[in-house]
Amino acid sequence: MSVLDSKVPKGPLKTKWTDYKNHIDLVNPANKRNIDVIVVGTGLAGGSAAATLAELGYNVKTFCYQDSPRRAHSIAAQGGINAAKNYQGDGDSIYRLFYDTVKGGDYRSREANVYRLAEVSGNIIDQCVAQGVPFARDYGGLLDNRSFGGVLVSRTFYAKGQTGQQLLLGAYSAMNRQIARGKITPFNRHEMLDVVKVNGKARGIIARNLVTGEIERHSAHAVVIASGGYGNVYFLSTNAMGSNVTASWKIHKKGAFFANPCYTQIHPTCIPRSGDYQSKLTLMSESLRNDGRIWVPKNMEDVMAIREGKKKPTDLSEDERDYYLERRYPAFGNLVPRDVASRAAKERCDAGYGVNATGEAVYLDFASSIQRYGIEQAKIHNIENASKEKIYELGAAIVKAKYGNLFQMYEKIVDQDPYKTPMMIYPAVHYTMGGVWVDYNLMTTIPGCYAIGEANFSDHGANRLGASALMQGLADGYFVLPYTIGDYLSHDIRTGKIPTDTPEFDAAEKEVTDRIEFFINNKGEHSVDYYHKKLGKIMWDKCGMSRNAEGLKTAIDEISALRKDFWKNVNVPGTTTEYNEQLAKAGRVADFLELGELFAKDALVREESAGGHFREEHQTKDGEAKRLKEFQFVSAWEYKGEPKDAVLHKEELVYENIEVKERSYK
Amino acid sequence: MSGFFKSSIGRKYAMALSAFFLMFFLLQHFAINILSVFSPNAFNEASHFMGTFWAVQYLLQPVLIFGVIYHFVMGFILEIKNRNARAVNYAKNNGSANSSWMSRNMIYSGLAILAFLVLHFIDFWLPEINTKYIQGDMSGLLGDGEGFRYYEELTHKFVNPIRVAAYVLAFVFLSLHLMHGFSSAFQSAGVTSMRKKKLQTFGKVYGIIIPLGFIFIALFHHFNH
Amino acid sequence: MNLTLKIWRQSDANDKGKMVDYKVTEISEHMSFLEMMDVLNEQLINKGEEPVAFDHDCREGICGMCSMFINGEAHGPDRGVTTCQLHMRMFKDGDTITIEPFRAKAFPVIKDLVVDRSSFDRIQQAGGYISVNTSGNTQDANGTLISKHAADEAMDAATCIGCGACVASCKNASAMLFVGAKVSQYALLPQGQIEAVDRVKNMVAQMDLEGFGNCTNTGACEIECPKGISLENIARMNREYLSANVKG
Repeated sequence: MSVLDSKVPKGPLKTKWTDYKNHIDLVNPANKRNIDVIVVGTGLAGGSAAATLAELGYNVKTFCYQDSPRRAHSIAAQGGINAAKNYQGDGDSIYRLFYDTVKGGDYRSREANVYRLAEVSGNIIDQCVAQGVPFARDYGGLLDNRSFGGVLVSRTFYAKGQTGQQLLLGAYSAMNRQIARGKITPFNRHEMLDVVKVNGKARGIIARNLVTGEIERHSAHAVVIASGGYGNVYFLSTNAMGSNVTASWKIHKKGAFFANPCYTQIHPTCIPRSGDYQSKLTLMSESLRNDGRIWVPKNMEDVMAIREGKKKPTDLSEDERDYYLERRYPAFGNLVPRDVASRAAKERCDAGYGVNATGEAVYLDFASSIQRYGIEQAKIHNIENASKEKIYELGAAIVKAKYGNLFQMYEKIVDQDPYKTPMMIYPAVHYTMGGVWVDYNLMTTIPGCYAIGEANFSDHGANRLGASALMQGLADGYFVLPYTIGDYLSHDIRTGKIPTDTPEFDAAEKEVTDRIEFFINNKGEHSVDYYHKKLGKIMWDKCGMSRNAEGLKTAIDEISALRKDFWKNVNVPGTTTEYNEQLAKAGRVADFLELGELFAKDALVREESAGGHFREEHQTKDGEAKRLKEFQFVSAWEYKGEPKDAVLHKEELVYENIEVKERSYK
Repeated sequence: MSGFFKSSIGRKYAMALSAFFLMFFLLQHFAINILSVFSPNAFNEASHFMGTFWAVQYLLQPVLIFGVIYHFVMGFILEIKNRNARAVNYAKNNGSANSSWMSRNMIYSGLAILAFLVLHFIDFWLPEINTKYIQGDMSGLLGDGEGFRYYEELTHKFVNPIRVAAYVLAFVFLSLHLMHGFSSAFQSAGVTSMRKKKLQTFGKVYGIIIPLGFIFIALFHHFNH
Repeated sequence: MNLTLKIWRQSDANDKGKMVDYKVTEISEHMSFLEMMDVLNEQLINKGEEPVAFDHDCREGICGMCSMFINGEAHGPDRGVTTCQLHMRMFKDGDTITIEPFRAKAFPVIKDLVVDRSSFDRIQQAGGYISVNTSGNTQDANGTLISKHAADEAMDAATCIGCGACVASCKNASAMLFVGAKVSQYALLPQGQIEAVDRVKNMVAQMDLEGFGNCTNTGACEIECPKGISLENIARMNREYLSANVKG
């Protein structure tokens, strides 16, 4: 196992980034005109990077599979974006944001990267406001903040429950300005199917036009991957249907190391699955846990009665309910971090206490809060001897003001009124902390190939805190990559246009075409979704919220067998030269089938519990995660053919500015 | 401002401006006509004033004619452009789920009003022009010189029940046109301060009262003479 | 429940296209409309037929990708939802459901129910932005005070997801709600003032060029908009447009 060079600059943490920026090479404006950059993915990271690179003068080509950059899944982020502005005067600082993020990541992220992230966080808000992003304001006209889980200050900026949407539309508008100037050429409804390396450097991509099926060659002096996370390896997740690992996986196969694939965030409050037809899971904001109490019935008879519809949850008395989070974690109660809350729900459901037909749901009950708020309001309004109904009415109004839109969304989907009966929730795959390994410059192990946003691994360690994904995407795209990429491109000012009629492009295109032809000609017996669902089930059952060696070993075998069967029996209808969603999906699932195995292998090797990765063998007596000093490193995997042959490289994590501690929520 | 009236929004402003003028005209037309119910003399006086005052005849009348023609011609042009904006029609389109019948069929209510205007011009405007400007009789008096002719002419027209029925039907279409057109003109002109409920209610009241009043006048004279 | 589906099938932009009938059985009322379509497609694939192509992505009502015209209404009969949030409990056993693509000359069909909405992108490129470079040196975010009222109203306009339901529902295939929302977002904020004149002129010019129809204020767009964007935004755009033309 070799040791990776993260290229973190020397010097004190506080001045690292500034000093580094002062000394890296730049490209003069006249030369930028002669340099091309490809950006794959147009979410917060890709969109902001493309716009900024074009502003600087580079010729940018963007690629996205959606019909417009505005639809990237960053748009679905609800809560907000963190920034160490300290507008509330509550003691926030760059150091505190840095500290919270490293601790929240369970001490598995790179110190220097996280500090830089905290450092530029304030600039992100300035930039977005200048772009016209309508952040929430208070009555004095200043920006408003809310607080989020895992921290002690209010540093989250928000735009209603649609912060991701507004930030993405801001980046999209910056892109549009550059498209109008001719500096960005957008390739929408295009999918990158391979990276092309010339003399070891990334020099272009092979892309497929999803409308016509045409295979296209695009050359550039650098390639930026901003294609998001790989949560869809589980089939069911809160990701968009099209979210995929293909771009990341293709560069992995061409030499980019893949880091910490086993770090996955499973969000505790999502709307449960209702049946096998389910295509997608919907997140309910974490903020609900401020006022909702989580419980399952104490007695198995009640569970059965509820499942059969003979009893309603509201029929059960307090004594018959098990508020398991309050029982297990009296100090934090329902507000334990995401990973802890998710595992506790799974533990109860595995024990048979799940409250819906699938046995995978727990209650999130607002009755106590409605009651409490109601009594408070009655006092405030001087209503003496308020009736039960009046108290309920007053309390429900408060809950509605806080969570009205979420309650409405829940009711639309589940067709139950959460003011009257408890919500049913269950954890769901939400975000992947792991991703392509990058150095301090955000460059992968392929020279000239960069990975930004959720696609890389760098800032969140083993667990991500709320409202920091948006921060990272925009930090990478607006403020980090545009500087660091210049250092690399400064050596390319004399290179000239990269030709596409070279053997390297020929070979890459042939590989892509062969694979597409194979899918169409295979005429197997099972649809792509059949395999995707099977893979998802293996991943969820054995690489889900808790993992053990035996399960992971089985998973590796099962995924490997499933992959073999896929390549033998997959059925892809239609032709290669038309709009063919099944064909696009087949390629994505093929990559998931490889990633899934590496995922399980990574989880097997990581003989500790940290953040989203929980190994049953490594827990305290009370069933809590047990982190181990000897695993304080990043696992970066090198592709060697089959996933089982992948070679592990380690990047040791050094904490000079933070003391590594245990997390406890008892 | 070059190109303003060629743009989609500019044309909507023009439609709205002509509509404002026509709605104002309609109001004064109604005000004078309703006099015929209460006082033939007052009606005659007002008609004579309108028919002979230079500013009305040589300024407002041409503007009115231009307004009517512009509103119709631009209405047709926009209708054609709007139809072209959807090359293939829906097999099933449930328009009533999201909009009123009136708003979706302005072209048809407009066409009905146009047909009525032809009849109306033959009935009143052409004879009037003939008397005044071809025969040169600006006196406004009856053939025997005994008093004004306007009231007589008016009541005479409403004797024939078929014509009365045509008028009544036309006013129903006018009402439908106004029920949407009134508030729509304000919306197009960007006037929103009292938009929505108040403006729409006012528009509906205007769109019902004025045509209903005209119907009343027609029926009143039909049954009283 | 069992349903009959009448679906528009068109193999590519040049094909004439036609309505085709399909039967689906054992549809759960808890399914979303798109999950019902998934069931149909799985069935078609297993029979060796071509699945129905339709746009979809986030399946939680925010990306604006899904775009079906269901039983004569954009995003179907429910209010305040996109097709992915429409649930089968809105229908009854034995129903016949007509499913068509969003229709407008400016939204040409790509295949079946998939349409090309790049005209929306081009309108935004004509001026739907504020010209500010990324530098890290823009003024502090709190440097300009913005009233809560203006910020909230700008946010309401900015919630547009660009799905095109307004165009699909409009009898004239007009895009004025979409354009009005974007113009309004910037018109309501101080950041948007500097380029206000050119922005509204250029965006409206592009909108006209794309071949969208005129607004006749039927209000269908506002009713069918999954995000409840108000007609007020069109009136505001009209004012902005007039004032921009007066200013020159």
